[in-house]
Amino acid sequence: MTSILSRRSLLKAGAAGLAASALPLGLARAQTPIVLGAVYVGPRDDFGWNQAHAVAMDILKQVPGVTVIEEEKVPETDAVAQSMESMINLDGANLVLATSFGYYNPFVVETAKKYPNVEFRHAAPLWNEATDPKNAGSYFCYLNQAHYVNGVAAGLSTTSNKIGFVAAKPIPSVLSNINSVLLGAKSVNPEATVQVIFTGEWSMPVREAEAANALIDAGCDVITCHVDGPKVVIETAETRGVKSCGHNASQAPLAPKGFITGAEYKWETIYKIYADALAAGQPLPNFIAGGYHNDMLRNSDFGAGASPEGVKAAEAAIEGLKAGKPIYVGPLKDNAGNVVIESSMDNYAPVLDGMNYLLEGVQGSIT
Amino acid sequence: MTGADLFIVMIAMVGGAIRVSTPFMFVALGECLTEKSGRINLGHEGNLVLGAMVAYAGSYTTGSPWLGVLMAGCAGLVLGAMHGWICKLPRVNDIAVGIAFMSFGTGLAFFFGKPYIQPSAPRLEAIPLGDWTGNSSVAQALQVNPLFFVGIALAVFLWWAFRNMRWGLILRMTGDSAASAKAMGVSVDLVRLLATAAGGFLAGVGGAFLSLFYPGSWNEGLSSGQGLMAVALVIFARWDPVRCVFAALLFGAAGAIGPSLQSIGISQGYYFFNAAPYILTLFIMIASARSKGAAREAPGELSIVK
Repeated sequence: MTSILSRRSLLKAGAAGLAASALPLGLARAQTPIVLGAVYVGPRDDFGWNQAHAVAMDILKQVPGVTVIEEEKVPETDAVAQSMESMINLDGANLVLATSFGYYNPFVVETAKKYPNVEFRHAAPLWNEATDPKNAGSYFCYLNQAHYVNGVAAGLSTTSNKIGFVAAKPIPSVLSNINSVLLGAKSVNPEATVQVIFTGEWSMPVREAEAANALIDAGCDVITCHVDGPKVVIETAETRGVKSCGHNASQAPLAPKGFITGAEYKWETIYKIYADALAAGQPLPNFIAGGYHNDMLRNSDFGAGASPEGVKAAEAAIEGLKAGKPIYVGPLKDNAGNVVIESSMDNYAPVLDGMNYLLEGVQGSIT
Repeated sequence: MTGADLFIVMIAMVGGAIRVSTPFMFVALGECLTEKSGRINLGHEGNLVLGAMVAYAGSYTTGSPWLGVLMAGCAGLVLGAMHGWICKLPRVNDIAVGIAFMSFGTGLAFFFGKPYIQPSAPRLEAIPLGDWTGNSSVAQALQVNPLFFVGIALAVFLWWAFRNMRWGLILRMTGDSAASAKAMGVSVDLVRLLATAAGGFLAGVGGAFLSLFYPGSWNEGLSSGQGLMAVALVIFARWDPVRCVFAALLFGAAGAIGPSLQSIGISQGYYFFNAAPYILTLFIMIASARSKGAAREAPGELSIVK
């Protein structure tokens, strides 16, 4: 892609030449303004992944000296490369935040090579120190910790001891969230089980509603999910009169009666680190992995569905996670009876990133 | 699978058929009406999405969901009328225009729908038909929206009208042989314009069901291609409004198989079960479309048949 000279790079080269000939050397601009460009794969108000990033960007808009530019619904194709280039060339972005998984390779990598003076950060742990450009990088949060807190609150708010989970696809981060809900619920309520239904798609509202209904019909009285936009799942649970736990962004306004709490990202912590580094002229960290211990997650404010003892236990669980208390306490078996975790794992143990099982106590199958 | 499990799956399929089928039914009826006049409107996906957005916005701003339904129908009517008018120009291909209208309708809906993703609009109420059973999942399955019955009544009416009413016969004649219609002094373009507009109205109402009843909120992924599937259902139903209803019910029931099987613990192979509606449609389509009857029942003026 870089081998093709775009019209824009030719124009830029010409303009740079003109500028160089017209200006005396060494006359740099007084202070570089901090321009953050964020690219989202979906609508920024989807009650989910994109909204979580957009909320953080809204907070950064309040920071003096920081300009935020955003583009939503950018597909994971060459379109994202064009969006990033236009942010750099037309808006003067000096940090581009590519927030969707499929943006990274080749689009972020190639664009980063093309613009070595611009920083690129991508929201998934894909940056490889050995092969990828130094002006690119990754940031990522272990949302399963907040799902664990969901599980704790749900475990003490359920009466049927069955928690329903509407999941999109059986990839490690989704499986880790499901398992963490189970372990959280079991830590306070040994009777608790989780039943999962996979929809097979990131966004399929009708099937998500069907899945939520099926789980409620099967006796689940708390519903949570990991899909792109949890709006439909939470609203279906609320209409059916059962409780719900959120995912990605706050869905509390959607379920005034049954909302317990929700797992949320706190991307603004990371974005502020970047903005501060840019302002101070320091290098940006290439890799940030976040969790409760470094203030990169939060749980939504407890709703009417949370029982008082659930709130108390969940708050204690948050304190525990901040102190590094492990979620995966071994030995643990998967739901086929094989021992998958022998001893307790650190919450950031790399082996957990490859999770390909559902733990004992989860009803469901990943194939 | 025990008897109780089978019961759960059956109830889920009945519930799924009732909950999921209505938008398919309305779009399929609208498309059936359009195709009976001799024109294909592939743009009904656009009508559906725009209808969903307009209904939600209308319900939110006026506070009356039924007014939202009416507004959705009118939005669909405008799109349908535009399609009908453009197709009447010389050498315009209705399929190409339909594809353009699909993008136009969804694009318009996404553009104007932005401010309505977050707020909650008043939704359509269901008629609880199963409360007497005392079984909560049966009661839930039988929470039926009035639009479901409207759709069925409309299908029966259209089926009857195509045979017995003057305009129904004119519509069919226009669809089967434009030359005969002209000889009878019927304006072919006007009939097709009206049929496409009325079909667009129905598709818009189908969209209103999506955003105001089930799943019951407006977002951009709401339709996920249902408008297109409904167009396929018309061919599957062989241009018979009553069969359109059955096709929609079957499609809805098949869609409930995947989630309900997982809910009773049959979770292996869910990708396959989730694809059940499409696989089923494909097989029935192959089985039914190969027959001589299918060729006879297709309106003679359709550009894909000619």
